[in-house]
Amino acid sequence: MSTASTAEDVLPYDVVIANFDPVLGLEVHVELGTATKMFCGCRTEFGADPNTQVCPTCLGLPGSLPVVNAVAVESAIRIGLALNCQIADWCRYARKNYFYPDMPKNFQTSQYDEPICFDGYLDVDVETDEGVRTFRVAIERAHMEEDTGKTSHQGGATGRIHGAEYSLVDYNRAGIPLIEIVTKPLEGTGKYAPEVAKAYVAALREVLRGLGVSDVKMEQGSLRCDANISLRPTPESPLGTRTETKNVNSLRSVERAIRYEMTRQAAVLMSGATVTQETRHWHEDTGVTTSGREKSDAEDYRYFPEPDLVPIAPSREWVEELRAALPENPAVRHKRLQNDWGISDFDMMAVVNAGAVDLVEETVALGADQAAARKWWLGELARIANERTLDLADLPITSADVARVVVLVAEGALNDKLARQVIDGILAGEGTADEVVAARGLAVVSDDAPLLAAIEEALAAQPDVAEKIRGGKVAASGAIVGAVMKSTRGQADAGRVRALLLERLGVTED
Amino acid sequence: MADTPSITRDDVAHLARLARIDLPPDSLDHYAEQLDVILGAVAQVSEVAADDVPAMSHPLPLVNVFRADVVRPSLSNAEALSGAPSVESERFRVPRILDEE
Amino acid sequence: MGTSTDLTRLTAAETAAAVAGGEVSAVEVAQAHLDRITAVDGRVHAFLHVDTEGALAAATAVDSARASGAALSPLAGVPLALKDVLTQRGIPTTCGSRILEGWRPPYDATVTARLKAAGVVILGKTNMDEFAMGSSTEHSAYGATHNPWDLERIPGGSGGGSAAAVASYEAPLAIGTDTGGSIRQPAAVTGTVGVKPTYGAVSRYGLVALASSLDQAGPCARTVLDAALLHATIAGHDPLDSTSADVPVPDVVAAALRADVRGLRIGVVKELGGEGYQAGVRQRFDETVELLTGLGAEVVEVSCPNFPYALAAYYLILPSEASSNIAKFDGMRFGIRVGEDDGSPSVEQVMGRTRAAGFGPEVIRRIMLGTYALSAGYYDAYYGQAQKVRTLIARDFAAAFDTCDVLVSPTAPTTAFKLGEKLDDPLAMYLHDIATIPANLAGTPGMSLPIGLAPEDGLPVGMQIMAPAMADDRLYNVGAAVEAALLERWGRPILEEAPSL
Repeated sequence: MSTASTAEDVLPYDVVIANFDPVLGLEVHVELGTATKMFCGCRTEFGADPNTQVCPTCLGLPGSLPVVNAVAVESAIRIGLALNCQIADWCRYARKNYFYPDMPKNFQTSQYDEPICFDGYLDVDVETDEGVRTFRVAIERAHMEEDTGKTSHQGGATGRIHGAEYSLVDYNRAGIPLIEIVTKPLEGTGKYAPEVAKAYVAALREVLRGLGVSDVKMEQGSLRCDANISLRPTPESPLGTRTETKNVNSLRSVERAIRYEMTRQAAVLMSGATVTQETRHWHEDTGVTTSGREKSDAEDYRYFPEPDLVPIAPSREWVEELRAALPENPAVRHKRLQNDWGISDFDMMAVVNAGAVDLVEETVALGADQAAARKWWLGELARIANERTLDLADLPITSADVARVVVLVAEGALNDKLARQVIDGILAGEGTADEVVAARGLAVVSDDAPLLAAIEEALAAQPDVAEKIRGGKVAASGAIVGAVMKSTRGQADAGRVRALLLERLGVTED
Repeated sequence: MADTPSITRDDVAHLARLARIDLPPDSLDHYAEQLDVILGAVAQVSEVAADDVPAMSHPLPLVNVFRADVVRPSLSNAEALSGAPSVESERFRVPRILDEE
Repeated sequence: MGTSTDLTRLTAAETAAAVAGGEVSAVEVAQAHLDRITAVDGRVHAFLHVDTEGALAAATAVDSARASGAALSPLAGVPLALKDVLTQRGIPTTCGSRILEGWRPPYDATVTARLKAAGVVILGKTNMDEFAMGSSTEHSAYGATHNPWDLERIPGGSGGGSAAAVASYEAPLAIGTDTGGSIRQPAAVTGTVGVKPTYGAVSRYGLVALASSLDQAGPCARTVLDAALLHATIAGHDPLDSTSADVPVPDVVAAALRADVRGLRIGVVKELGGEGYQAGVRQRFDETVELLTGLGAEVVEVSCPNFPYALAAYYLILPSEASSNIAKFDGMRFGIRVGEDDGSPSVEQVMGRTRAAGFGPEVIRRIMLGTYALSAGYYDAYYGQAQKVRTLIARDFAAAFDTCDVLVSPTAPTTAFKLGEKLDDPLAMYLHDIATIPANLAGTPGMSLPIGLAPEDGLPVGMQIMAPAMADDRLYNVGAAVEAALLERWGRPILEEAPSL
C-alpha cells in the first residue's frame, strides 16, 4: 500500500557524504521513433485520439500474434554499438508475466537473460574539486521491450491514483518499441553521484539523438529514467538496500531526485532504521520522493522464452555494416567542437552537461558566434529552463531563433536588454525573432538626432555631472548614458550614446 | 524427483494470487491434492539425464523473422472497444487501480 | 445429381465437383447440412453456434461466382465446421469457455480468411474442451459433445465437436487444432480422418493460443483426400505468424491420389503400444501393419527411448505456456466481467473474481500447474528440464526418420470411453494422449485414420502415421493407401457401420 506523502526527514548533503558511500543504478527507457509498433503495424504518433492506433495484437485480443519490427531491432543494435556494447550472436524475447490493466496481454514481451546488447560503457565528464574528471559508466545491457497503455484515473480529487473511483485506458501507446538501457552498479562517484547520473543521462540522450532513433523528449516520456539508489557506510561495505525512484522526467530531476533520495535514506539509516526496498515516485513540484509499491519477494515474473517469436541471430556482417555507418562518437565530436570553438575543457563540459551540444552547434552553424551562442544557451535560456523545470531542449525556442538573435546583436540592431525581450517574445509564442522585433518595436535607435536631443536633455538635468566629465572624469559619463537609455526605453545603443556624449563635451578617452 | 515438494493449501493460495484467480477457500485443499498428484507424475522429467542437452523452446529452427516498419490499418475505435465490458470516452473503463502507479 | 441423393453423405471432393459442375447449388448443399444439424445436433451437440445466415450468404456467393463464369477453387461450396478456438469476424468465439461468452472478434483468423477466400461455406463453430484443455469435450463450459457412434461416449477432445460434426454428416469438413492430439485422438474415436500438420505449416494467427509452441490447426474429414484438399487450402506461409514456415507446402493432394507404399520403410514405434493399450486397439493396429507389408512396404520396429517421458514434459510445457497465454482473459478488454457491483472492488479483485467465475476446474488446474512450473526456484527443475526432454524426443524422431520414411502407432490407447468416466481423474484423462503428444513436442506432422472397429466394443480404432517435419505429404500417401485397401476389404466406408442418429 502507498503511504501518505507526508514529508520525511532528510539530512544535509555534506552529512550524507561524510557518513555514506552511494551506489547508483540507472535504468533508462527509450521510446524508439519507428513508424510502427514493436510487434504490429499500428502507428506510433503521439497525441492521436484514444484507441485509434490499436489492432488485435497490441490490444492483446485472443488469437493475435506478434511480429518483430525490423527497424526496432536495427535501432537496438545501433544503440548497443554506440554504447560500446557487445551484440548477441543469438538471443530471444521473453515474457515477463504480471497483471496490470495497462498491459493488454498481462505479460510484457521483453528480454530476460539474453539481451541483444550487453557489456558496454559511456564516459562522462563532471566538474570535481580537482577539475574536470571523467567517470566511466558501465552498461550492463540494452534490451528490447514494449511500452504499456496509458491509464487516466477518474473520480477522486486529484486525478491521481489514490481516491480514484475507476480508470480509463488508452492502448495507443501499448506496444511502442522501447529499449531499456541498464547500467551496472555505479560505484566510486562519492559526492558526485547526482552529477554523474545527470551527465550520463545527458550523454545518453545526445548519443540517441545522434543516432536518430528517438526524439528523446523526456517531458513527453520518450526518454524515461528510473534510478536505483542505495547507501552503505563505506565503499568496502556490502551493498545497502536500494530503492527505485521512478518518474524522473527531466535532466535536472535526475540530479535532484538522486540527491533527495540520498538525503532521505541517510536520515533513515542514521535514525537506526532500515531502508525499505520499494518503488518511490519523484515529485518535480515538491522536490521529494514518496513511497510506491513495496517490492516484496512475492513478485515473481515467471520469465520464459517467448514462444510466439523466434530467436534473433544478427549476422556479424549486418552488425559490422551498422557499426561502420554509426555517426561520430560523442567524445570525438566534443573534442572536435572544443577545438573549433577554441574553448577550455571546463567550458566544453558545461555545454555537454547542460545537454546543449546540439543546440550550440546548430546555433553556431546558423551564423552565431560560438561565445555568444554558449552565453545565451547556458545563461539566459538555462535560467529560464530552470525556472520552468524544463530541459533546455524542451524550451519552445529553436537554434535558429537564438542564432538570429545573436546576429541581430552583433549587427547592432539589438542590445542585450532588447535581445532578452525578443527571447521572451519567442518563448511566449509571438513568432520569430524578427516578428517579435517588429511587433514590439524593439529596434535599437541608430539615428543620432534623437540621441543627441536626449543627451542635451540629460546634461541639462545633471549639470554637475556634465562638469565632472568635462573635467576629465570620463567614468562619470555612465550617469548620463543611463539617463539616455532610460529616456529611450532601452532602444539606444549604449556604446553609441557614450561616444556621442564624449564628442559633444569635447572629451577624448585615454 | 525423489523429493518432490508436496503442494500445500498455502501454496495453492499463493499460486492463485499470482494467477489472479479468486478461488473459494473451500476449494484450496482439493486443488492441492490434485496438483500434488499431477506434479508427482510430471516430476518424472528429472529422471532423464539431460545436463548437456540444449533446451528446446521452439519446434522449428527459425531465426530473424522480421516485418518491415510499414503502417498497416488499425481497428477503428468502435471495433477496438466492441468487446469491452465497460467503455467511457473512447477508452476501456476498468475498476479502480490500487497500490501502483 | 438426383434429388434422392443425400448431399450430406458426399465427400468434400464429390461435393466440390458437383457444385463446380452445376449438378447442385452451393446453397442446396449448405441447406442440406443446416437441416442435418437441426435434425441431429440436439443429440450430438457438436456446434456451439450455427451461422445459418452467413453460411447461406457464402453459398450464394459461390453460386453467383459460378454463374458469372469465375473459376472456382477446389473446395468452393463445400460446408465446413470451424473449431470455436479460431476467430471469425463478428461470429461468437468462446473457446468453450464461459469467460469469452458473447465475444465477437473484430477480425478473422488467417485460417478463416483462407477458407472464406476459397469459397468454403462455414456452417458454424464447434464445441471443444475449454481452451482446448482436455481429451473428451467434457471440459466445455457449454456441455459435452456426444460421440455419434454411442451417444453415451466421448467424441474425444479437445476437438470433439469438429470430429463429431464430420462423423455425424453435419459437415464433410472441419477445422481442428492439435496441441497434444486434439485433432488425431477425436478422429480415432469417431472413425474419421484428422491431420496435425507440421508445426508452422498452418498459420496460428487468430487461433486462440493454448500452448504457442505446440498448437497447430489442421483438417478433419471423412476421407484422406478430403483432408488433403483442406490441408492445401489452409496451409502456407503467413507473415502475421512469426513461427510460420516460409517454405512451399508439400503437394498433399497429389500424395493422397498416389496412395502407394511400395518400397517405403515404415517404423512401428516400440514405445507406443503394448501395455496400457486395449486388446482390440492392438489387434486392429497389428492387422493394419500386416496390411502395409502386403501392400509392399517394409515394416520395421524402431525404438524412441525418450517417448515415455513425453507426457511428463508435455504437462510442464503446455501449462507453463498456457498460464501466460490465458492471462489476458481478465474481464478488462473483452469477455465477461464479474464482481464489479460487490462493494467497490479494485481492478485486482475484479480480475480475480472474473477469472474464478470464468474458468472451469481443468483450466484452473493447468494455470496453477504452469504458474508453479515457471516460478522462480522451480523453473530449472520443471520447465527447463522439460525443454531438454523435448530436445531428446525430437532427436528420437530424427534418429527414427534416418531409417524410416514414416512411423506408425495406435492413435489412442483405447476406444471412446464413457462420458464422465475420467472426469475426476486428470491423470487418467491425460494418458489418452500418450501416443499423440511426441509429435507436438517435436513439431512433426501426424495423421489419424480409421482402421476398423475393436471387436470387444464395436467402436472405431485409429492408426497414427507420423512423418518428418515438412514431409506432410507422406502421411497422405500412406494414409490413402491404407484407406483404399481397407475400403476394398470392408466394401464400404467405416462410418456406414455407425448407428444412424
